[in-house]
Amino acid sequence: MRSLHAFAGGVHPLGNKNTDVLPSIHLHGFPEVELLMQQHIGPPCTCVVKPGDHVDVGTLVGRADKPMSVPIHSSISGTVKEVHYVVSANGAPVEAVRIESDFKHSINPFCRPPKIESFEDFIQMIRDSGLVGLGGAAFPTYIKLNPPKNKMPDTLIVNAAECEPYITADYRQICEHPDDIIDGIIEVMKWLEIPKTIIGVEDNKPLVTRIFSHELKKRVFKTGRHPDIEVRTLKTIYPQGAEKMLIYTLTGRKVPPGKLPIDVHTLVMNVSTLRFIGLYLKEGVPLTRKRMTLDGSALNTPGNFIVPIGARIQDIIAAAGGTREEPKKIIMGGAMMGVALDRIDHGIIKANNAILVFGSEETTLPPESPCIRCARCVASCPMDLIPCGIDKASRLRDPAMLEKYHVMDCIECGCCTYACPSKRFLTQSIKNGKVMVRAERARAKQEEALRASSEQKGGSAPS
Amino acid sequence: MKLQVSHSPHVRDKATTSSIMRDVIIALLPATFAGWYYFGVRAVFVTLLSIVSCIGFEYICRKIMKRNNTITDLSAAVTGLLLAMNLPVTIPFYMVIIGACFAIVVVKQMFGGIGNNFVNPAIAARIFLVIAFPKAMTSWTLHTGSWFSMKSVDAVSSATPLTMVGTKEAPSLWDLFIGNKAGCIGEVCILALLIGGLYLLIRHVIRPWIPAAYIGTFLILVLLFGHTNLLHAPSGDYTTLQAWTDLFYEACYMLCSGGLVLGAIFMATDYVTSPLTVKGKLLFGFGCGVLTFLIRYYGNMAEGVSFSIILMNILTPHIDDWTMGKPFGEVKENAKA
Repeated sequence: MRSLHAFAGGVHPLGNKNTDVLPSIHLHGFPEVELLMQQHIGPPCTCVVKPGDHVDVGTLVGRADKPMSVPIHSSISGTVKEVHYVVSANGAPVEAVRIESDFKHSINPFCRPPKIESFEDFIQMIRDSGLVGLGGAAFPTYIKLNPPKNKMPDTLIVNAAECEPYITADYRQICEHPDDIIDGIIEVMKWLEIPKTIIGVEDNKPLVTRIFSHELKKRVFKTGRHPDIEVRTLKTIYPQGAEKMLIYTLTGRKVPPGKLPIDVHTLVMNVSTLRFIGLYLKEGVPLTRKRMTLDGSALNTPGNFIVPIGARIQDIIAAAGGTREEPKKIIMGGAMMGVALDRIDHGIIKANNAILVFGSEETTLPPESPCIRCARCVASCPMDLIPCGIDKASRLRDPAMLEKYHVMDCIECGCCTYACPSKRFLTQSIKNGKVMVRAERARAKQEEALRASSEQKGGSAPS
Repeated sequence: MKLQVSHSPHVRDKATTSSIMRDVIIALLPATFAGWYYFGVRAVFVTLLSIVSCIGFEYICRKIMKRNNTITDLSAAVTGLLLAMNLPVTIPFYMVIIGACFAIVVVKQMFGGIGNNFVNPAIAARIFLVIAFPKAMTSWTLHTGSWFSMKSVDAVSSATPLTMVGTKEAPSLWDLFIGNKAGCIGEVCILALLIGGLYLLIRHVIRPWIPAAYIGTFLILVLLFGHTNLLHAPSGDYTTLQAWTDLFYEACYMLCSGGLVLGAIFMATDYVTSPLTVKGKLLFGFGCGVLTFLIRYYGNMAEGVSFSIILMNILTPHIDDWTMGKPFGEVKENAKA
């Protein structure tokens, strides 16, 4: 069944799903991993190992002490060599643990399938597994699955859109483990008492619909009843997989600016996240490995690879077949929203789902020219913003004008920059604008507090 | 290993400023060739002179201002071609150069070059020339018979069809449509202009909102308040076929004469000086239509299209402000779920 709603805007970049027919390959034998102590949105973990400690696969390395934080486990067996600070891919300093492999791949004996008797057990289990949203945002899943009692979701939306060019990791996940995904969906539906699930898939992946229908038929044979799970085909358009767009296309609900999907009683989860829940219930091994797409013209053998979290990007590229030409640009994530790296000794984190190694043919950086107001950015913006106006305000460093253009509602999908014939760095400039607005809001708040406190003391307001 | 670092997205659409300008030039070619066919070899010279002087002024300007050279984006060539489309074939050559200078130097470069002009340079230059040299700009010639003209007809000084609606010597609708009439070089052949407009639509260079709103508004106003209109039928009432024919004859006549189609497709849709949102574009086209109607029917200058577009150009920043929509999700009905 096709969806009735369609969001305005969006762009059609070349799909470049070159790796969709290639089965995923497990990569082992990494000499060392570097585990960052912050792999989620939220406060960092506390490191509980010291140099010289022996760890197995699944041993706790970073303990989650604060709310919004999830634990981090060792992804290989070996010896802790160093606990130090490194610069993460997005430029922030973060504590990291370097573990040298003993190449035994021994699994921590305490890892066993969890027993769940209540909703609280379920949430604790999700947190202990170290699970974060694997679609890319790395939002702690246990927070998402534990909404306030007055805002219980009535629909679970499974994000299988995978609208980013090049990336096929979710697609391979579906092809290879549809049973685990359905298990995960059923668990989430059971413990959160969600009556209905919709799986959203773009129409460039027709196989997915058939795989899920087949899998659901098998369930009917096994359990005698059909779970209330529906697969719906979506138009192939970027950013179909963006949370707000996906919810709107599938349910017609619009998430208001600054609100979360749960505010419209919807829960959105990525297929890979659900597959991990299904798997964890069977095996009990925390999140230590990640499926990622390696693609780009500089690679010898593009494909999907399952790698230990913390493995260094250079080691992954080498293990996956190496390069056939000098890479010109290496991107962590997709071509539309990924981060271009300046060095490749970073360890990958839980939310990474692709490494793109661009050779000279794909690496282009056309020079910026003045805006000609062609309005292609306006037409392509899925959030109905005016990117060229925000761009202007941002370059003028004018916070009031930025607010007028609703800069904070931008989801940084990159459609405007993709469409711009003047090749302007709109997304970059909009991001700068957000920083200015945040600074201005903080300043205004501080001023307000200052005025309030001085009035309380009985003095006059500072002029 | 040297890696390029840039902000996402890392893939870009193929369209560039110069590819868009190239498409506009291609879309103008049918009308250009039609103009050359009807007005002879002098039209070729006027067109080429206009383009060359626009590019030349752009180059000199950027050089003097010590800015980067922008002639490769082809915008100056588009301005030159559009200006030529808006000139009568008999115009003295020095006036063409003055017009090009005004368009590029005063209207475009003095305000910061491409993307920063607040009115359409070609239209501004045309209005400047009309005011500065009213006689040369309004002496229309029907088919100049120059010695190696493609079509040899004796030069006849003639009024544009606009000034002779209802008179005996008014050309037929078909002549108006294919361009067999007096007028500026590029505005005569409606058929060629429509072909160009279709090309722009297919190539997604322009969207239909402004031309549709402009022409639609204008037609409705002519039908309602024109000389033969729906409210006051000249031949009594609208029970006879003749009355309806008269009604639509005038509407089609007004549509096919003057620079309306050229203006609606190529001038009003100029990116820099038209609004950004669909709502804004519709409002802009509506405004152009109303102003053109008022100037044509109640004004004393035959410059309806130019003046209405330039006035709406000036209003564009305000239209952008008025029509700025709400971000996705900013609605009240979210409460239900």
